[in-house]
Amino acid sequence: MENKIEISDLRVHYGDTPALNGISFDVHPNEILSIIGPAQSGKTTFLKVINRTLEFTPEATVEGSVKLDGVDIRTIGDVYGLRRRIGMVLPLPVGLPLSIYDNVAFAPRAAGLRTKSELDEIVERCLQQAALWDEVKDRLDTLGTKLSGGQQQRLTIARALSHQPEVLCLDEFSIAIDPVTTMRIEEVLKTLQKEMTILLVTNLVQQAKRLANRTAFFLNGDLIEIDTTDVIFSDNPANQATYDYVNGTFG
Amino acid sequence: MNILRKKSAANVPFSETVIETFIRLCGVSAIVFVFGIFFFVFREGAGFLFGGLDLGQFLTSPEWYPTSLSNKRYGTLALILGTFSVTALAMCIAVPFGLGAAIFVSEFCSPKLRETFKIIIELLAAIPSVVWGFIGLTLMNQLIIAVFNAPIGLTMLNGGIMLALMSVPIIVSIAEDALKAVPDSYREAAEALGATRWQVVYRVLLPAAKNGLLAAVLLGAARSIGETMAVLMATGHSVNIPSGPLSWIRTLTATIAAELGEVARGAEHYQVLFIIGILLFTITFVVNLIADLVIKGIRQDS
Ligand SMILES: Nc1ncnc2c1ncn2[C@@H]1O[C@H](COP(=O)(O)OP(=O)(O)OP(=O)(O)O)[C@@H](O)[C@H]1O
Ligand SMILES: [Mg+2]
Repeated sequence: MENKIEISDLRVHYGDTPALNGISFDVHPNEILSIIGPAQSGKTTFLKVINRTLEFTPEATVEGSVKLDGVDIRTIGDVYGLRRRIGMVLPLPVGLPLSIYDNVAFAPRAAGLRTKSELDEIVERCLQQAALWDEVKDRLDTLGTKLSGGQQQRLTIARALSHQPEVLCLDEFSIAIDPVTTMRIEEVLKTLQKEMTILLVTNLVQQAKRLANRTAFFLNGDLIEIDTTDVIFSDNPANQATYDYVNGTFG
Repeated sequence: MNILRKKSAANVPFSETVIETFIRLCGVSAIVFVFGIFFFVFREGAGFLFGGLDLGQFLTSPEWYPTSLSNKRYGTLALILGTFSVTALAMCIAVPFGLGAAIFVSEFCSPKLRETFKIIIELLAAIPSVVWGFIGLTLMNQLIIAVFNAPIGLTMLNGGIMLALMSVPIIVSIAEDALKAVPDSYREAAEALGATRWQVVYRVLLPAAKNGLLAAVLLGAARSIGETMAVLMATGHSVNIPSGPLSWIRTLTATIAAELGEVARGAEHYQVLFIIGILLFTITFVVNLIADLVIKGIRQDS
């Protein structure tokens, strides 16, 4: 089985401050890999490396390599195409100041799709998948920014699915969502897994336990441990810090 | 709300009250000044406005012969058209340049270049309008004669270019502020969706900043309508229904500036000039009103 993503000796600095200190691991195709770890451990930074949006932070330097389907992402010329292969859901929901419809149709349009019927179909499918369709189907032309925080978060999930990514990255997606909706989206993620690889950064260790095939534990820019979720959540993971963090006795 | 305010007023320190009163006075005085100016202008023109002036002729006749002995005419149509045409021409030039420059400065240029650019824009804004008029009178005049083979270069085109150069700095700085005020998270979200930088600009930033951009354009236009000295010097200052960019024109403002010094206080001609002032007041009021309505309309959409 080929690896979907191969990370080797990845180091990131913001100016002189290290954020990732040489981490290496593989991501398997169609797995849900959750990344857990306390604040400031470099989880968000890692996701920004994957879709190359860290390039907007001028003082950030990246060393080591990240390969997507065996190709070093830094050698990919079409960075916009690369970003569309990766769906990104950021922790704070950002409804773009466009209509709900235009929010979801944004990426397909940016990629050049113009056919109304195809766009309609994408918008409906993605909103369905993000468990938002029923709430907004009658007002697709109202502004995305007018939705509630939780609805906006589901809108960003729909948007991330609109370009049919190969890898879906979610950064603490449930921060603004109520538990019931969170559960619905978790179910969606389980189905999406058949079509794509999912990287799930989460502060809720129970969410990792519920969803992930494998779990990685980050701490202060180091990868402490990566293993199947069963092992990480068992009584004897390889590292004591992992056990402490997972069981809430950390620090 | 009111109850809350009253309750807390009891234990507000004395200095707070002083500051609040002072700020309130400042606000009220601004309103008083505006009304005061309007009242003064109105009083000077009112006598003739309500006794003798043919308002229809005033607004629709192109004949402006205020000093003629046998055939006095107070028609301002040519002046109104002069003001509007030169402003429109100036906006045709200044809006694309101003907005383009603002987009460049806020989205595409390096921080170092941005600082240089801002200093240049500020310098441009600090040039007094009489200097622009002088440039129009000399340099631009020669240029238009040479390029268009025109008999004289003091035309609507000349004035329009001068006005454009004067409004560009206003448009750039306000539009740039509006673009800067768009949260970075919008840019990040759009870029994560694979948008190119241009797509980010026209799909996200322009819609998000449209109120501010509109304000920038309207303030630029207001600057043009109100400008006096430069158009007086650069447009040929002759009463004429404009027929194209190369016709010479005269504006409402320039007429007041040029003729007010030569008329006897209280004379008919003097009063008519003040009525032109009232007309300018009305025009700016309407422009502002439209701007407000447009912005409100946009708000309601969104
Ligand atoms: N734009 C930036 N400029 C400078 N330092 C940054 C920047 N972004 C992140 N950092 C630093 O990099 C380190 C890792 O941050 P990162 O956001 O990746 O952590 P995280 O694991 O996502 O934390 P959280 O759980 O709080 O979201 C932190 O020390 C942080 O202060
Ligand atoms: Mg984070």
